[in-house]
Amino acid sequence: MRIMLFNTILLALREIRRNVLRSFLTVLGIVIGVAAVITLVTVGNGTTEQVTQQIASMGNNMLILTTGKRMGGPDRSTAPAFSVEDSAAIKREVHSIAAVTPTASSSVTVVNGNENWQTTVTGTDNEFFPIRNRSITSGRMFEESEISGGRSVCIIGETVRKELFGAQDPLGLSIRMNNFSCKVIGLLDVKGQSSMGSDQDDTVVMPLKTVQRRLTGSKDVNMIQISVKDGESTSDAISDIESVMRERRHLSFNEDNNFNVMDMKEITQMLTSTTKVLTALLGAVAAVSLLVGGIGIMNIMLVSVTERTREIGIRLAIGAMEREVLLQFLVEAVVLSSLGGIIGIIIAVIASLGISTAINVPYVFDGGVVLLSFMFSVAVGIIFGYFPALKAARLDPIDALRHE
Amino acid sequence: MGSAGAPLIELKGVTKVYGMGLSEMHALRGIDLTIESGDFVAVMGPSGSGKSTCMNILGCLDTPTAGSYKFAGLEVRGLERDQLARLRRNYIGFVFQGFNLLSRTSALENVELPLLYRGVSSAERKEAAMKALNLVGLTGWEKHNPNELSGGQQQRVAIARAIVTHPSVLFADEPTGNLDSARSIEIMELLTQLNKENGITVVMVTHEPDMAEYAKRSVHFRDGLVVS
Ligand SMILES: Nc1ncnc2c1ncn2[C@@H]1O[C@H](COP(=O)(O)OP(=O)(O)O)[C@@H](O)[C@H]1O
Ligand SMILES: [Mg+2]
Repeated sequence: MRIMLFNTILLALREIRRNVLRSFLTVLGIVIGVAAVITLVTVGNGTTEQVTQQIASMGNNMLILTTGKRMGGPDRSTAPAFSVEDSAAIKREVHSIAAVTPTASSSVTVVNGNENWQTTVTGTDNEFFPIRNRSITSGRMFEESEISGGRSVCIIGETVRKELFGAQDPLGLSIRMNNFSCKVIGLLDVKGQSSMGSDQDDTVVMPLKTVQRRLTGSKDVNMIQISVKDGESTSDAISDIESVMRERRHLSFNEDNNFNVMDMKEITQMLTSTTKVLTALLGAVAAVSLLVGGIGIMNIMLVSVTERTREIGIRLAIGAMEREVLLQFLVEAVVLSSLGGIIGIIIAVIASLGISTAINVPYVFDGGVVLLSFMFSVAVGIIFGYFPALKAARLDPIDALRHE
Repeated sequence: MGSAGAPLIELKGVTKVYGMGLSEMHALRGIDLTIESGDFVAVMGPSGSGKSTCMNILGCLDTPTAGSYKFAGLEVRGLERDQLARLRRNYIGFVFQGFNLLSRTSALENVELPLLYRGVSSAERKEAAMKALNLVGLTGWEKHNPNELSGGQQQRVAIARAIVTHPSVLFADEPTGNLDSARSIEIMELLTQLNKENGITVVMVTHEPDMAEYAKRSVHFRDGLVVS
């Protein structure tokens, strides 16, 4: 039996080689199906991985407190803004948090000589850096006096540096915005795009007081950014913050929150689950083409059985048993479909490497999907090869020999 | 297999009916025939008299509608397809008028084919096939495909394929039907030699009396009956 199987596989390979073009066209459906499934899943996984990495780099246990409600209710424009005291109260009363910083932002055109650039200026304090998982690559953070005195100093992101200073070293130089100028004391580390597509390096960080006094012209704080201590429950922290804020904003028990605590981890999960669903969906669509490929194999195997009726007759006449003829054609179909699967896998690896590089997501090799697609293509060979093989095996030897 | 002392082939009242109802066709109407081991029988008769039908039954490619066919004492009628296949692969060699070789497959591989289904190892297959090809006088032609061989050579490949398994009996249905007389004589001499020197029982259909001369005895068919 082992000799038989080995010979059957050799025979199948020879039969396939005999008609390379036809064999290739036969398995094209499988090739495309396997390649599509693996490529889509690989690129999809890469995208999920990218989102996860990006959000992790933003600070995984980070909460953002904004005014207004998440959905419906008083919107951000009518809900009262926060104040520095709100931030201080949270720091004082919620023990599960590691750091908290009030921030106020403004969109501003920054100028150096002839160069100007539209960017976002964020007013905050030194807590901002650990919360946002950012570091200063050269220069320094703010000094206490600069924060309390609202001095005109700034720390700039890589994009702003490149646009305004080019090859120049910006440390100690000044940039101008509106009607004042501001000394560059530090450079932020390079982060690239965020998962929402914004450039995290297109930013200028200044003391909160400076921004309030010189840019926004009010004592409002738009956003309070918080990091939760490692090992502490994020949801407990959120409910503590909510109760502190409800009290400070004098909300009675039947009023909705007019502020919102965003959990970055929750957003990660939301985004990755979306891409996961999309990946699964596209993968399923591609899997349908595998079925179509199976029908292609069945079609050609039926043609092949008809063409080779005489051969089957000869084999039966010299004593081949039903199951041996069945095995021969089944093996042929399976060898065909698994060759298609292998070609598909090779194409998929090349394509997903190419696409991952092109759209700049990490290449995440998923052995499970490769194995599954391969097994699927083998299964397609068995399922769609079985009927033609059975047809061959059931032939009457005399009729088959008489066939022209 | 079978009972000791039983004749190799014993047909009793064998009939074969093709089709049903109005289109019913009685190809064999009750054949009685006994062939002993070592015999060389020529089956003769006009076209349509049931010779091929009878040969197919004898060769276990087909089964009788009624009657009894005992092969070495074993009742063949009522056997399953796979049991018939096992009889064919182990005890029977068959040669057809149309050669029936696998095209695009070398003479050697054609001859090896029956051994493949017996699970013989590749080295032994090759050795046995070379020997059989040598016996039919085709040494040196092993690598040639059927389309590169003459009709006589092709029929000799077919004979080599039929005898490579050392069958008890060789059935040949008009083996010289597609050959000119010189080639026919060569084939007949080969069959005679296989019968005499290798002790293979030969049953051969022919309608040429010249060819029947080579056999030890003749059986005549007419309208699905053995007449003499
Ligand atoms: N498969 C078949 N179906 C119907 N009729 C058949 C079939 N095979 C043979 N016959 C008929 O049976 C008769 C005997 O045929 P056959 O045995 O081939 O004769 P021979 O070989 O002596 O020429 C013929 O009339 C033929 O038409
Ligand atoms: Mg005939």
